[in-house]
Amino acid sequence: MASIDIRDVSKIYNGGVTAVSDVNIDIVDGEFIVLVGPSGCGKSTLLRMVAGLETISRGEVTIGGRTVNDIDPADRDIAMVFQNYALYPHMTVYENLAYGLKNRRTPKAEIDARVAEAARMLELQPYLERKPRALSGGQRQRVAMGRAIVRKPSAFLFDEPLSNLDAKLRVSMRGEIKRLQRRVGTTSLYVTHDQLEAMTLADRLVVLSGGRIEQIGRPLDVYHRPATTFVASFIGSPAMNLVSGELHGSKLALGPALIDLGTNVPTQGAVTVGLRAEDLRLHADAEGSLPFRIDYVEELGSQRLVHGMVGDQAMVAALSSEIPLPETTSLSIAPSRLHFFDTASGQRIDWSGEAVGQVTVTAAPEAVA
Amino acid sequence: MTRIRLFDHLVLLLGVFIMVAPVVVAFMTSTHEAADIHRNGLSLTWGGHFTETYDKVLTRKGGFTGEITGARMIWNSLILGVGFAAGKIILSMLAAYAIVYFRFRLGTLFFWMIFTTLLLPLEVRIVPSYEVMNKLALTNTYTGLIVPLLASATGTFFFRQFFKSVPEELLEAARIDGAGPVKFFIDVLVPLSRTMIAAIFIIMFVYGWNQYLWPTLMTTDERFFTLVRGIKQILLVWVGSNIPDYNEAFALAILAMLPPVMIVLIFQRWFIKGLTESDK
Repeated sequence: MASIDIRDVSKIYNGGVTAVSDVNIDIVDGEFIVLVGPSGCGKSTLLRMVAGLETISRGEVTIGGRTVNDIDPADRDIAMVFQNYALYPHMTVYENLAYGLKNRRTPKAEIDARVAEAARMLELQPYLERKPRALSGGQRQRVAMGRAIVRKPSAFLFDEPLSNLDAKLRVSMRGEIKRLQRRVGTTSLYVTHDQLEAMTLADRLVVLSGGRIEQIGRPLDVYHRPATTFVASFIGSPAMNLVSGELHGSKLALGPALIDLGTNVPTQGAVTVGLRAEDLRLHADAEGSLPFRIDYVEELGSQRLVHGMVGDQAMVAALSSEIPLPETTSLSIAPSRLHFFDTASGQRIDWSGEAVGQVTVTAAPEAVA
Repeated sequence: MTRIRLFDHLVLLLGVFIMVAPVVVAFMTSTHEAADIHRNGLSLTWGGHFTETYDKVLTRKGGFTGEITGARMIWNSLILGVGFAAGKIILSMLAAYAIVYFRFRLGTLFFWMIFTTLLLPLEVRIVPSYEVMNKLALTNTYTGLIVPLLASATGTFFFRQFFKSVPEELLEAARIDGAGPVKFFIDVLVPLSRTMIAAIFIIMFVYGWNQYLWPTLMTTDERFFTLVRGIKQILLVWVGSNIPDYNEAFALAILAMLPPVMIVLIFQRWFIKGLTESDK
């Protein structure tokens, strides 16, 4: 068990393509960090640099206080779980688990004990003599995790380990990984492109885009206070509605509607406004705030996602399935639930009215056309 | 439906007949006496001299020096076949391993150099090859018989394609598991290549076993004669009377056929697996 420090790490490929630039992450001992981002954001490259499978172009990685830049993957005291499991197909489950220990000249008795322990933890005992091809996807994934556990490394590295599983299995394996990590308490670095996986697993999230860190924070902090429009649109499902609005004093002009914020925002003029779909409410009376023209509806059972237009901007609202929907209606939102971002840079603009109590929205349909 | 089945079987039977009939004729003829064969030609009936002909072929010392027996020739052929196949597999696996897993300067160039040797079969380079072996004083040795045949691109190419299809994560997992290049090769790649090895072994064994031109050139000492070469020799050398020993020639031909057939039968399952299924 150890802390991992990633200091100013960059990856520049031959030919000058920068995959990761100046990344700084401090990972505390025992923490579960999830690197999340769209494909090509450099999250896997970063993980592979920590693992030692890619060279570090610039910067420094320390594991447990030891700089590992020039240390072989085998000697970094880490274990990795791969997306396609990477089990040795010709070895039995037992041999797969034992292989890393055997190469480290661990005594036979200890190998047996550790494999038995890992197999018990992962409920793999009945399969120890089987070859990987005789196992289901979930079982293979457990073997891959077992291979990491038996080594008792100071850190686990997960490279999209659940992407090859079907949706149902993914949910149960997600729980299993979380439980396991809590139990063994090993520092973990986990890469995924699935924001739901990231939210549910992480102690802290690292959102990456284009090789740079967009935001680091606890899942709920990232969800409620996204630092940039990228994070806002990436974390959360459905994605946060990002529309353009205009601030005039304490009033926000959003399409045809004017919302009274009750207090001033430290910027004026054009802003990008973020509205979570679940913060939008159906406003029963026609005098409502945001006139909403419904386009189509996605039924999810517990709720429905209503896609439509406010003025000329698309918006999604997550509404209860029980309320009947007219063709046109209006939506309201508590001003405290509004997020503001700089239109040019995409950076979050903090304002004092956030996360106070619910404020009634003033309808002003005649304000802007 | 039945009519189609019947027709299918007729086609198959015809195929079997075309393939098997010559072998049967050769075998039946080999059980007759040489004089009978000379008089009556090929025969489809049992001649009744099976034991004595085959015993004679296998154990009677013949040739100019009187030192070579059929059994000895079979042994020589086996050494050539097995040595050739094993050597070729080892050589081409190592070459393919280097080309696929190690990034060294001009690696691709080397691969294409090896690959273009496909265009140069032994027959093209036979005179220089002989010259080299002669200068190294390797004529009339097993080394001389085997080594010049080893260098060729087919095996390297097969294994290169196979190694390229092995997922890269396996290498990475092995690296994290503390397996160095040698360990990875022996512990992971070789076992994964089992079916490929079997398939290539069969092809190469049969190829080596059937070599005719090269052994003819390389061996003047009869103790190193191979079976395929011996069959030819029999009609020239083992002339007991005025009539060539047709029966013995046929018997040797039948014997020459057996080991490759047995190898194919034994490795058949692996062979088909190796060629059709990538077991990953």
